Amino acid sequence: MNKIFESILVFSLLGLFLTDYNCASITVGKNRAVTKIKDAVSSALPGDTIFVESGLYAEGNIIIRKPIYLIGLNFPEVSGEGNNEIFTIKGKNITITGFKLSNAGISFIDDNAAIKLDSSNHCSVYGNVLTNNFFGIYLARSTDCVIKNNTIEAFHSKESFSGNGIHVWYSKNILIESNTISGHRDGIYFEFVESSNIKRNVSFNNLRYGLHFMFSDSCSYSGNAFYNNNAGVAVMYTKNVDMHNNTFEKNYGGAAYGILLKEISDSKIHKNTFANNSSALYLEGCNRLEIKNNNFTGNGRAIRLMANSMDNKIIGNNFIGNTFDVTTNSLQNFNLFESNYWSDYSGYDLNKDNYGDIPHRPVKLFSTVIEKNKPALILMRSFFVEILELAEKIFPSITPEFLADSKPSMRKISN
Amino acid sequence: MKVLSKIVKYQLQDAFRSRWLAAYTLFLIVFSYGLISLTGDSSKVVLSLMNLVITIVPLISIVFGTVYIYNSRDYIVFMLSQPIDRKILFLGVYLGMCISLAAAFITGIILPILFYANYFVNNLADIFIVLISGIFETIIFIGLSFYIAIKNDNKLKGFGISIFCWLFFTVIFDGILLMILQQFQDYPLEKVSLLIISINPIDLARIWITLSYDISSLMGYTSAVIKDIYGTGWGSFITILLLTVWALWPLLLGLRNFNRKDM
Repeated sequence: MNKIFESILVFSLLGLFLTDYNCASITVGKNRAVTKIKDAVSSALPGDTIFVESGLYAEGNIIIRKPIYLIGLNFPEVSGEGNNEIFTIKGKNITITGFKLSNAGISFIDDNAAIKLDSSNHCSVYGNVLTNNFFGIYLARSTDCVIKNNTIEAFHSKESFSGNGIHVWYSKNILIESNTISGHRDGIYFEFVESSNIKRNVSFNNLRYGLHFMFSDSCSYSGNAFYNNNAGVAVMYTKNVDMHNNTFEKNYGGAAYGILLKEISDSKIHKNTFANNSSALYLEGCNRLEIKNNNFTGNGRAIRLMANSMDNKIIGNNFIGNTFDVTTNSLQNFNLFESNYWSDYSGYDLNKDNYGDIPHRPVKLFSTVIEKNKPALILMRSFFVEILELAEKIFPSITPEFLADSKPSMRKISN
Repeated sequence: MKVLSKIVKYQLQDAFRSRWLAAYTLFLIVFSYGLISLTGDSSKVVLSLMNLVITIVPLISIVFGTVYIYNSRDYIVFMLSQPIDRKILFLGVYLGMCISLAAAFITGIILPILFYANYFVNNLADIFIVLISGIFETIIFIGLSFYIAIKNDNKLKGFGISIFCWLFFTVIFDGILLMILQQFQDYPLEKVSLLIISINPIDLARIWITLSYDISSLMGYTSAVIKDIYGTGWGSFITILLLTVWALWPLLLGLRNFNRKDM
């Protein structure tokens, strides 16, 4: 009896495989029987593969509801002709790869995207080139999707005429990996997203934020590079965010930040590099953050700590050559600074334990002066200011006395 | 012209034999060498060199100049008994002093930098600005010192005024400016403060040097205004122009006073 069962099982499994292999493939091309992607999509059965040969396709909005593979050969160009959305995906197990998508139309009513995944799951979008679209890749109410190795660029000059490179809204378990995004409004936009990963992307020259991240608990972003974005990166109203090994560079401007953190709690910021930003790390209403082993070099302000931030731990970071290492608007301090390396530290280490014997107060008098009195900036590095600074160091009166690193590292920490 | 070059030549010979000039050069060399070898960070070195340019260089120049005029009074009186134009004599002494101190400054900064040339590949422009502004500070403060020393026969008084002059431009001026800015902080003072700061040659040099990296990384509205005005090629031009005016007017005043003076 058992043997019969076994053979039935084997045959049925084989049958499964066979049906899988039996899936048809359709090739779309100028000289083929099928010349339109739309026709191929409508005639395909679930599990089919559609190959699209190179050429220019402009077919309006292509809606995909069945589980199919859509594969571009030699980057066929699909155009939205400046007024349509290109691919709209509403289903599961759909893959789009190898396309060049351009000119999804700017609209003030619809969020036209090159690829929109709406209420979809287990979909993947990889290896596409997206140029000059309103929105690039747009995910809404989707789960378990992968967005990988896409190049997304746009050349907009105004925020209102530009959408986001990768826009994720109300989704879960999304992986965004190794994409290159430039010239959009926000490079990557996250709102109401859960348990998702943003890895190894490069986001630069965007009109607003390199990464705009809100209400997205338990997400992580790591190994990304954000540079030259008009307003840097903003992470807001979220808890349990893991930010590590990212690079934030060259975000210049009065309102540009390496990262702007607003109302973030219980999160980790580890091993990031902040170089040459106007303000590298801005904390407002942030609680219980662990800011550890980061490098801050050559920034205008390395950490801008607002008075409403509490119980943050700032440990083992390097502060090298910043104009101001820490600035704050408060005379109190409820955060912990410990074992950081400060290139401005002028203390000594008599007991040779590699930690300075006298505490380091990173808040400079002059930073509190220009906080309230901006034009005084022209006195920066004046001999007079240096003298004031020295006096303030000995008798702190304007700067917060208790904001101090009690155990400053004597040597640069290798992170 | 021939007489002028002869006087300058003599002045230079005299200066290069002086122990003080050698000590100044040596100090600069040791200072910059120590700075570079200890910090190893080129932008930090530029900043420290800037501090040198806005404090030590003016101080040394103004003290040297004053002391020189008082000490070589006999020489000047003797030269005046010869058939030499007063203007030529004054210019000769002035140029000799400027050239020797500027040469000392350049050697003192350049030698250690050449030694560590590969550090500074990215900061060549900054180094250049530091050198130019250092030379300007030297010339300006020698001019001031000559004017002060010729105007005042009392050595002690002249010396006091010189030191005060240095103190005023390095410290007191900025203190007053900060006070004004604090008092009137409700008003938009960006442009006014820029105007005021152009009066002070030391502040001009400081802003010129810091602009290349510091303020630009602190881009707020103020730094944007500063950068708009001073950070461009046009700004460098204005800075150099103002510094030149600063180099000229003490010289001309000194020259006028020297012409009329009964030695």
